[in-house]
Amino acid sequence: MIALRGKATEVELSAPIARRVWKLVDAATLTPQRHSRAFLAGDDGQAPDGFDLYLSRSAASRPDQDATWLRLPEDLDYLSGGDVVSVSDDGERIRVLWRHQSHQNSILLTERCNHYCLMCSQPPKTREDDELLAQAFELLRLLPRDVAEIGFTGGEPTLYGQELIDLLRLCRNLHPEAQVHVLSNGTRFADPDFAAAWASIENPNMMVGIPIYGAEPARHDYVVQSKGAFNQTIPGILNLAQLGQRIEIRVALHKQTAPALPEIAEFIARNLPFVDQVALMGLEMIGLARANIPELWIDPTEYADELIEAVTLLDRSRIHTMIYNHQLCLIPRSIWPWTVRSISDWKNEYHAECASCNVKDDCGGFFFSAKYKVSENIRAIPIEGTQEPAVLQI
Amino acid sequence: MAKFLDPEAYRAQSADWQLLPFRFERINGRVLVTNLVGEHLFLDAEEFGQLSKGDLPADSPLVRRLRAKHVIRESGDDLPVELLAIKARTRYRRLSEFTALHILVASLRCEHSCPYCQVSRQSSDKGAYDMSSETAAIALDSVFRSPSQNIKIEFQGGEPLLNFELIEEVVATARQRNETEGKNLGFVIATNLALLDDRVIEFCRANNVYISTSLDGPADLHNKNRPRPGRNSWELATAGIQRVREELGVDRVSALMTTTRSSLGRVIEIIDVYVEQGLTSVFLRPLSPYGFAIKTKSFAAYDVDAWLPFFEEGLDYIIELNRAGIPMVEQYSAIVLKKMLTNDDPGYVDLTSPAGIGIGAIVYNYDGDVYASDEGRMLAEMGDKTFRLGNLHQDSYEEIMLSDALLGPLEESFTQSAPMCSDCAFEPYCGADPTYHHATTGDFLGRKPTSGFCRRNMAIFKLLLDRYESDAFTRSLFQTWASH
Repeated sequence: MIALRGKATEVELSAPIARRVWKLVDAATLTPQRHSRAFLAGDDGQAPDGFDLYLSRSAASRPDQDATWLRLPEDLDYLSGGDVVSVSDDGERIRVLWRHQSHQNSILLTERCNHYCLMCSQPPKTREDDELLAQAFELLRLLPRDVAEIGFTGGEPTLYGQELIDLLRLCRNLHPEAQVHVLSNGTRFADPDFAAAWASIENPNMMVGIPIYGAEPARHDYVVQSKGAFNQTIPGILNLAQLGQRIEIRVALHKQTAPALPEIAEFIARNLPFVDQVALMGLEMIGLARANIPELWIDPTEYADELIEAVTLLDRSRIHTMIYNHQLCLIPRSIWPWTVRSISDWKNEYHAECASCNVKDDCGGFFFSAKYKVSENIRAIPIEGTQEPAVLQI
Repeated sequence: MAKFLDPEAYRAQSADWQLLPFRFERINGRVLVTNLVGEHLFLDAEEFGQLSKGDLPADSPLVRRLRAKHVIRESGDDLPVELLAIKARTRYRRLSEFTALHILVASLRCEHSCPYCQVSRQSSDKGAYDMSSETAAIALDSVFRSPSQNIKIEFQGGEPLLNFELIEEVVATARQRNETEGKNLGFVIATNLALLDDRVIEFCRANNVYISTSLDGPADLHNKNRPRPGRNSWELATAGIQRVREELGVDRVSALMTTTRSSLGRVIEIIDVYVEQGLTSVFLRPLSPYGFAIKTKSFAAYDVDAWLPFFEEGLDYIIELNRAGIPMVEQYSAIVLKKMLTNDDPGYVDLTSPAGIGIGAIVYNYDGDVYASDEGRMLAEMGDKTFRLGNLHQDSYEEIMLSDALLGPLEESFTQSAPMCSDCAFEPYCGADPTYHHATTGDFLGRKPTSGFCRRNMAIFKLLLDRYESDAFTRSLFQTWASH
């Protein structure tokens, strides 16, 4: 697991830090730009003048510039030029907003949400956190022009309404080639005006990922703990589709949803066949999911038949389908071709058993949170196990 | 963390369920329920009792299944109605783009003398039974008046290759015209392949023309069905199929079979010939009623009952072939399954409603007569001109397409309002066949209890549903067929 936040071990302020978001520059990435840039000094402490903020790694020498300076904790030593961080005004708290070497950067816009899903990995909070949105605007301005992928997540980003639209329009204008993915529960799109505002961004590279947990209201509303959610989310999807927007359907698989998976797949194929893709997601045992293990845990081997049936139906219906977050040893080989290595690098770990596994490189591995609950059926796949097609065609 | 509410909190508040339009059919102790657009589920007798007596609880697995399939809705819940409307609109969207298939009868002449064929002529007089350039030119005007963006021109006969010069002329003119019309234009020659030569091959290659041919099964059966001088129809057809596959491409030739009484009992041999020829689809067609029906007006259940075991044995054999890794599609099943498992209607002329006559396909006869369907042309050859819509030389496109001869049968046979069709559970999978019913009963609607069409299709629907439910492999195979 890679740390995405930490506390500075030493801080020297020349004045309170006036801005939150900083793009790190090091000797290798030095340019004449100084605005919003912080210099990450090398081990020898050598640093050019003119930066408002200097940082050193945990064991490096302090630069001799007389400016605001802070020392990173050891688990943030991996940071380098091109990464973007936010720093609290007292210089103490550092949050990593962007790692330039990762393809899985996800920008948290809010922790507030109008749902309270049983398995939420990011438990919703009620306090105002608009600062996250402001930081996202800053971040977009600091990202390189050629950034390939940008993901936005929450909480529920659409709670911002027009401000989210403004952010995504800025994103399109500054990064027209980037693949943009936004996670939303979709309810806000039931408002035709909001759906129209979304479409007016006119970004053909933008996709919204919306979860569906049932083929009828009772199951979906229970999982998201919001009465009436299904009857807003589905019309929201229809509104977006009518406007030609790209849509991903996400189904998180657990005890409440996996048994109904064929039914959900049929519902999608018959009622929402226009969606661009469907992602069937393994459960992340973190956040609220940990509190609800009895209601949620099901060994993936127990829903293998349902998974095969759903993947087959969606595939035959020509809907691009992906299986996320599943370890290959827990799902039937016939559907391996639909699996995707999807666990964000910073959360990804492997089991001791995996050391001798022959298909580890093709496997999604585990969330670090799997330490809280893991299948008893994890098995290394031996060499002879790969005599069947071992090359994954993703 | 005590904030989570139990499932009960998210159930419907009352058992005040409203029924959405559905139809049902009892099959072997279970009840098939289909919703407005043909999504299906099977209920047991007790479950169906709850539904039909209005005795459903506020929540149960059954209630959830019925809600998911849009059979019932919570009072005031508009979403199921909206989704049904979208699905129904999707199903009927093809109607605004009518007449995709245009059949040009290039010549009635044929060097075969098949006994079941009502239209062909044995003649060397080119003038008498060939379509003229002048007639073809007016036919093309009509073709390009069709609203459909996809236009397929199919040359039929007799044997259309006997008037190959006309085919060359029509294809050249149509392609030139299409440079400004911008349609998705395709060509098919329906030929027995006996006259296939270098010139035809080269022409098909240059113009991306597809070949549709006849293959009735093993040589003895095929040659008995299709007599020609030399008794070598099968040998010429199979040689032609292989030549087209190798010189034009495997996807450029397909074969259709005509089922006769001699075919019955031999379905596996027939399919094996298709496998042997490298073909990946076969169309197990019913016995043709035309001819016999006209003479006796009584073609019905007897012939269907003789044919159904043929179809069932063939379908099961094809499923087993696929299970063994040999790809083969049964085309009629694929058409039905698309209607059953998706929101699409392929608009197959003999199994769609409104009927496919005129608006699915239209026939321009060699002499300029326009027919609503190929079967309508056959009837005319036997003296019944009910489905003659007009003549290219005398009538305008509007007069032809708005003729009573077309609109009458379309309206009268529309299954959504036809007695016994409108409340049939299989209506979404079925279609109207006014030509068949006119030929067998004298009216476009027909009498459903004695209709061979109805009996045959009901049996096929039940068979397909039974196999679909029977095992996972067949289910996934059928889903593949449906998505073709």
